Amino acid sequence: MPSEQDIYEEHVLDHYEDPYHRGSLESATHAHEGDNPLCGDRIHVDLRLDDQGKVAEAWFDGDGCVISQASASMLIEKVEGKTIEEIKEFSAPEMLELFGPKLTPNRQKCCLLSWRVLQSALHSPVDGEGEEDHDDSAGPSTAGNKRPRFGGPSLGEEQ
Amino acid sequence: MTATLTDTRLDTNRIRSDFPILQTHASSGAPLIYLDNAASTQRPRQVIDAMSDCYLRYYSNVHRGIHTLSEEATSRYERARQTTAEFVNAASTTEMVFTAGTTAAINTVARSWGDANVGPEDTILLLISEHHANIVPWHQLAERTGCQVRFVPIDEDFLIRDEAIADHLARYQPKLFAFGVASNTLGTEYPVKRWTAMAHDAGAKVLVDAAQAAPHSPVNVRDWDVDFLAFSGHKVCGPTGIGVLYGRESLLDAMPPFLGGGGMIDRVTVDGFSAHALPEKFEAGTPPIVEAIGLEAAITYLHSIGLEAIHQHEQQLGRHADEGLRAIEGVRIIGPTPEHKGGINSFVVDGVHAHDVSQFLDTRGVAVRAGHHCTMPLHKDVGVAATSRASCYLYNTMEEVDQFLEAVAAVRSKFARTGRRRRSRSS
Repeated sequence: MPSEQDIYEEHVLDHYEDPYHRGSLESATHAHEGDNPLCGDRIHVDLRLDDQGKVAEAWFDGDGCVISQASASMLIEKVEGKTIEEIKEFSAPEMLELFGPKLTPNRQKCCLLSWRVLQSALHSPVDGEGEEDHDDSAGPSTAGNKRPRFGGPSLGEEQ
Repeated sequence: MTATLTDTRLDTNRIRSDFPILQTHASSGAPLIYLDNAASTQRPRQVIDAMSDCYLRYYSNVHRGIHTLSEEATSRYERARQTTAEFVNAASTTEMVFTAGTTAAINTVARSWGDANVGPEDTILLLISEHHANIVPWHQLAERTGCQVRFVPIDEDFLIRDEAIADHLARYQPKLFAFGVASNTLGTEYPVKRWTAMAHDAGAKVLVDAAQAAPHSPVNVRDWDVDFLAFSGHKVCGPTGIGVLYGRESLLDAMPPFLGGGGMIDRVTVDGFSAHALPEKFEAGTPPIVEAIGLEAAITYLHSIGLEAIHQHEQQLGRHADEGLRAIEGVRIIGPTPEHKGGINSFVVDGVHAHDVSQFLDTRGVAVRAGHHCTMPLHKDVGVAATSRASCYLYNTMEEVDQFLEAVAAVRSKFARTGRRRRSRSS
């Protein structure tokens, strides 16, 4: 079972306080944003894909808990230089492994937010008019919602 | 209530010994400090035993058989209805409908009374502090009928004053004013009787969500003069899967049935059906039989301690928690000052997300809620995405509140910026 030491290990807090490429990327070719309305975690991902279909540069921004923000930093640090195919093949269990500490199902949602936004960003070219919030991903979006809504157990929906 | 602070303290040692789960530990190994009672309460052995006894000795379906078990189960189920009617001081058991919970009860009113009585010119008036269970059914009614749903806002100090209620009643002339007796997030306890009279004067019907009231203080539908009232079993130390809809008999009688099926009919033919009399008209299908018996045991248990005493105990704990939280640097309470609240305190810690607060407290055995507590409009209004919430009940102690406060004080240092640098994973 998780304990404080497990989840908030030094490596995680390092990424939370000193994140990799936190900010926006003006030259982004692809971008996406997603949130978890149950807790307000929000992640925005900017990508610049080069002619060879590789991620030349990746940045993220967002608000939320330590898990959601630190995991985003770890992911963004990892994906630069990777091909689109490699990123598509990068699975949710691999994302959880990248994060490290074992998470309960509720906290896994926090960890996987950046991973889902990144996967959607690959399908979301920036159209040059400042419109970044495409939702043409095949993700588990609910019709009518602009941003992906993620299922799974809920921290918020108590009585 | 003229009693002093000390002589109304509940015998928490004795009470705690009735709740086996309070002897357990969090996954960190720390003894459990359960402060998530606004989400759901724990059950005393008396409730567990009553339900177990039913399953072991006399369980059967109700209102269906003439064999021994069915007679016994029916008699106990109806006795539970009588006890529940007395609990809210209803005039008659015909006004007491067992539902799956508060949510199901409010949906029943929205679907049945709402569809029959509300049109595109009408308004449903709510408070911004309502739980989603008392918002979404009205949004759905608006989708079906075109009616408007309006909200009374909170002031800077998180309170709602009579003038705001009067103003909204006058401005919108609502068909229904539906509000929670106590806010599950702010902790505010609202003046039900006064607001009900004001709404009636304005020509509105009144539904009160007593989910956060029934566990903590006396409920009196006749003194309050409300038209509908709902509460849940699991928040009064009873089982999940059961709740109560009280409705004024004349209103329930005129309402069409909501769910159709067995149990709610008088007669069924190939051409149609006629509905059963109250309250079975609203109890389609096999009802929550054992849950009703468990609810009765829970009510009996709460009565044995006394709801006034429980309320006073919770206010003491709530005030202690409120004052302690306000004294911690970087902590902000989302709710009014203690004299307006019961045992609920929601708060935010500067720079630390509610999830991380809750996770950290769990390592010290403290169970609190993190999130929006099913009050997203309220959180948006206040300008925070999520809060942490500590909610006390009869079995909580001052010592537990102290340990909770110590843990909250430690949260900020745990997540304080230290100038640390990100390292490569292998280092």
